[in-house]
Amino acid sequence: MPVHFAAAHGTLSSIWLLVAIPLASAAILLLFGRFTERWGHLLGVASVLASFILGLIYFFSLRGLSSPYRAASLNLFDFIPVGGLKVQFGLLYDPLSAIFVLLITGVGFLIHLYAVGYMSHDEGRRRFFGYFNLFVAAMLLLVLGNNYVITFVGWEGVGLASYLLISFWYDRPAAATAGKKAFIMNRVGDAGFVTAIFLMFATFGSVNFADVFNGVASHGAGQTTILILGLLLLLGACGKSGQFPLQAWLPDAMEGPTPVSALIHAATMVTAGVYLIARSNPLFTANLTLQTVVVAVGAFTLLFGSIIGGAKDDIKRVLAWSTVSQIGYMFLGVGLGGAAYALALIHLLAHGFFKAGLFLGAGSVMHSMKDRTDIRRFGGLWRYMPITWATFGLGYLSIIGIPPLSGFFSKDPIIESAFNRAGWTGWLFGSAALLGAGLTAFYMTRLFVLTFHGPKRWTEDIEHPHESPAVMTIPLVLLAVGSIAAGALFVYSPFNVKDWLRPVFNNPAAEGHEHIGQWWATGMTFVVVLIGLAIGLLLFRRGTAPQEQPAGPVVAAARANLFGDMFNETVFEKPGLYLTRALVYLDNRGIDGLVNGLAALVGGSSGRLRRTQTGFVRSYALSMLGGALLIVAAMLAVALG
Amino acid sequence: MTIAQDALQLPHLNYGALAPMLILFGAAAVGVLIEAFVPRRSRYALQLVLGLGALVAALIVVITESGTRELTAGAAIALDGPALFLQGSLAALGIVALLLIAERTLEPGGPFVAAAAVTAGTEEDRTQAAREDAGTEVYPLLLFALGGMMLFVSANDLLTMFVALEVFSLPLYLMCGLARRRRLLSQESAMKYFLLGSFASAFFLFGIAMLYGFSGQISFAGIHSAIQTSTQSTTLLYIGLALVALGLLFKAAAAPFHVWIPDVYQGAPTPITAFMSACTKVAAFGALIRVLYVAFQGTDWDFRPVIGAIAVLTMLVGSILSVTQTDIKRLLAYSSIANAGYILVGVLGLSKDGLSSTLFYLVTYGFTVIAAFGVVTLVRDADGEATHLSRWAGLGRRSPLYAGLFTFLMLAFAGIPLTSGFTGKFAVFAAAIGGGQSWLVVFGVVSSMILAFPYLRVVVMMWLSEPGESTPTVSIPGALTSATLAIGGLATLVLGVVPAPLLDLTNHAAQFIR
Repeated sequence: MPVHFAAAHGTLSSIWLLVAIPLASAAILLLFGRFTERWGHLLGVASVLASFILGLIYFFSLRGLSSPYRAASLNLFDFIPVGGLKVQFGLLYDPLSAIFVLLITGVGFLIHLYAVGYMSHDEGRRRFFGYFNLFVAAMLLLVLGNNYVITFVGWEGVGLASYLLISFWYDRPAAATAGKKAFIMNRVGDAGFVTAIFLMFATFGSVNFADVFNGVASHGAGQTTILILGLLLLLGACGKSGQFPLQAWLPDAMEGPTPVSALIHAATMVTAGVYLIARSNPLFTANLTLQTVVVAVGAFTLLFGSIIGGAKDDIKRVLAWSTVSQIGYMFLGVGLGGAAYALALIHLLAHGFFKAGLFLGAGSVMHSMKDRTDIRRFGGLWRYMPITWATFGLGYLSIIGIPPLSGFFSKDPIIESAFNRAGWTGWLFGSAALLGAGLTAFYMTRLFVLTFHGPKRWTEDIEHPHESPAVMTIPLVLLAVGSIAAGALFVYSPFNVKDWLRPVFNNPAAEGHEHIGQWWATGMTFVVVLIGLAIGLLLFRRGTAPQEQPAGPVVAAARANLFGDMFNETVFEKPGLYLTRALVYLDNRGIDGLVNGLAALVGGSSGRLRRTQTGFVRSYALSMLGGALLIVAAMLAVALG
Repeated sequence: MTIAQDALQLPHLNYGALAPMLILFGAAAVGVLIEAFVPRRSRYALQLVLGLGALVAALIVVITESGTRELTAGAAIALDGPALFLQGSLAALGIVALLLIAERTLEPGGPFVAAAAVTAGTEEDRTQAAREDAGTEVYPLLLFALGGMMLFVSANDLLTMFVALEVFSLPLYLMCGLARRRRLLSQESAMKYFLLGSFASAFFLFGIAMLYGFSGQISFAGIHSAIQTSTQSTTLLYIGLALVALGLLFKAAAAPFHVWIPDVYQGAPTPITAFMSACTKVAAFGALIRVLYVAFQGTDWDFRPVIGAIAVLTMLVGSILSVTQTDIKRLLAYSSIANAGYILVGVLGLSKDGLSSTLFYLVTYGFTVIAAFGVVTLVRDADGEATHLSRWAGLGRRSPLYAGLFTFLMLAFAGIPLTSGFTGKFAVFAAAIGGGQSWLVVFGVVSSMILAFPYLRVVVMMWLSEPGESTPTVSIPGALTSATLAIGGLATLVLGVVPAPLLDLTNHAAQFIR
């Protein structure tokens, strides 16, 4: 059945407002400068709230449409009309975009609210909210575009906002470096995305979602082309989502203010890669090798992240590696295809809630601990900050998958689907996902216990940690409620995501290889999680040494990010440097020689020609006469000759 | 003695459509009366208000008449899409140039001499140089010139065109000689322009005679039908075509008839240079496209290679010679020559696209070049404008705002995307490729690359050199110059970012009537 998106009408014809409101707010905050100092942050919060309310209205209008027609495509104007390439500035609001819009604006609103308190002492708060709104606008554009170019515009927009926000405290060298690292590694991914867009245009003559998907469905491209296209898109997705081999920037991105980590580097932007693959599902489903690659990337990254997460001592870095690992689960899900697409998105939504809650909780801890992030110097905080403790605890139980919290409903089915993949790879990826669940339980227990329980190991300057103000705790509570309820809501209620997304992923029943049953999978997972939890509890119940201890090879490797940075350095940076040097040499000797020669030629002729400009009218008149004779002669020669 | 009424029928005049020209000529005549009867100290304000009012009124009338497509005044004047578009452009560019001309805060009395007839270098001249007031003859002259240009672009026969040519040329010769400072240079440039201009007019007139000899007609439609039907030898036709084209290419600053440009641009008062580089180009190309598209349609194969060769020569001469220029006004003059070449490339598309891209280029270039000369008027020291390039070193440190604006304009000249320069070049080159003239585009691109060097050299000098002892300060412009710079800079930006509305307009206008 060809893909077709109905044109927007009625309420849905104003979906552009979703992007326009935060964008206008960002423009006001960034352009009007000091005039907005006093009320700028309120405007920032209000604009995201407005988008959220609009998002809800649009959501229910979309529900009101009958299922096969649940989509609204809106072409605003011709963006790039050049020759055969016609790119429209068009938006597409369908079930997939709808849930992303709600996630971005809903969680985004809570985090904006939290940031009002968190950034209240920062001089750059107005600038911060300007960038934050810019981010929300760009992210909404990313998920609302109806073709790959608009998605890419949003994609670059969130990249820019992320870069600005990571290095928000640009006077700190670590923040500036982290911003640069994020920027460069994302460029690698973006190069893949852009090349994919070029290839799409060359193959299908269009970059619209509908045209590309119909082109794939009608065999408009060979299997090899589809594979290459998919791999290029995957490269882009890996860059944005911090998946192997482009994972190294994400943990460093934690140098930005904590609300940034929560919103951008945990809840929304890093899921853009998952969105891209889910959006391109007709393309990814069309090639089995491609799906295997995605699954492998996901499975590898989820283990990679959870191993490193267990060895880190910085509260935000542990959470960052946990994000890398959880997005690995989502990649696993979208790679499995079929019904697992919806599972990955359920996990994405649930993760949006609990990970944002965890990050904001970490921010709350840092707020009272004078911006310390070392969990070896925390401990016993549960008594001083009960709300943070409770909400963080719920997020923690949710991420490791304790029933009936959301992580249980979202992660277990992915593990089960992984086991049920056809052939021996099902066992391989299933086991990886299962092992990952155990590791997650371990490192999250370690993080939770070291932070909130056990003996106090505070640095000397901290006397009375205190709970954060209400403007920060209210979002924490709301997000905690989300992490309790989201799972059941998204899986079992009338709002369940599987049915909702059926128009997007229109081939839900492609199973048939049942290696293990649902109860087996759930039971095994639960046991493994409990083992991880128990090990974590036993090892760290009494606290830990305040300094780094000598460790075996595995822990040492994990502390060194499993040599990811070293890998980048030897494989990319060093050869890159040598290549650059070689090119500079070649450039100086070869190309510059040629260019200088040409320049000398031009300069020389210029100097000689200049002498004809004598300043005498008589010689000017002579040259005109000569010209006239030449023209007449030439004209007669051409015409009559 | 009686004359039979039906033997002398008065031609029908569409006054509404002719109104822009009538307004300008009328206002110019009133301006002359003001010069004669109003006391000296009140003249400036009166002339400025009169000039601006007339130009704005003309622009409004052109806009209200924009749907007109007809021949009037006994088919001597064609008011069609291109004519109205060009008249509107002339009025708009004229307003911007007038603002620059009327600036008086940069130096006491403004850039124009108080009494132009005083011999330069005498004692009397020194006393008048210190006078606070200045002559205001330039305003009626400007209006006459603009009125003549409007007539020039809508003339539908060769004689009307010749009359219009003289009507706008004579005021220009005079205005070039009105500089307050460096008067000898200014007068010399006026003299050179006059002599060479008369020379070119003579060729033009001779060409008219040849064409009349071939076709027995002076109207473009008549020449066109004679080309289709005449059985005579075509020698006269081609000689006539060559000579008429020469007269127009002279005004348009195409090589090898560009020789006057650098000297005149340098010598003339800078606001007048700005006016000439924008409006004279519009007028000259407006007439050239009418002649080539209306009268000589059907002889494409014959004139295309010859005029193409001229375009290539123009682009190469302009770009190569600008490399070694050391004076900013001369550099802009050579750049203007090279730009004439680019416009010719668009003209030689010989299609609707060629026509509309040419119209588009003329407008975008006009705004950018006026703003660029506007910045030149700001960089000055005790002796007036400091135009030697070495004096511009380190200007970015002294005055980042104006150096930034000038950098932007230079990038626009170099054709960097997101400036109108890029859109314009893209349009003319695309039209030429559409018309099968890829060889012209090859030369166009090569010449653009060469030309980027002098532009970027200015940018590098302004930003990367330390300000020296001799770096002049940048004067704070008055409201009028500020308006010029703002309009020019904004137009350059806006037409680069959202060119679609103007492109639609030129597409809509790109249809001659015969």
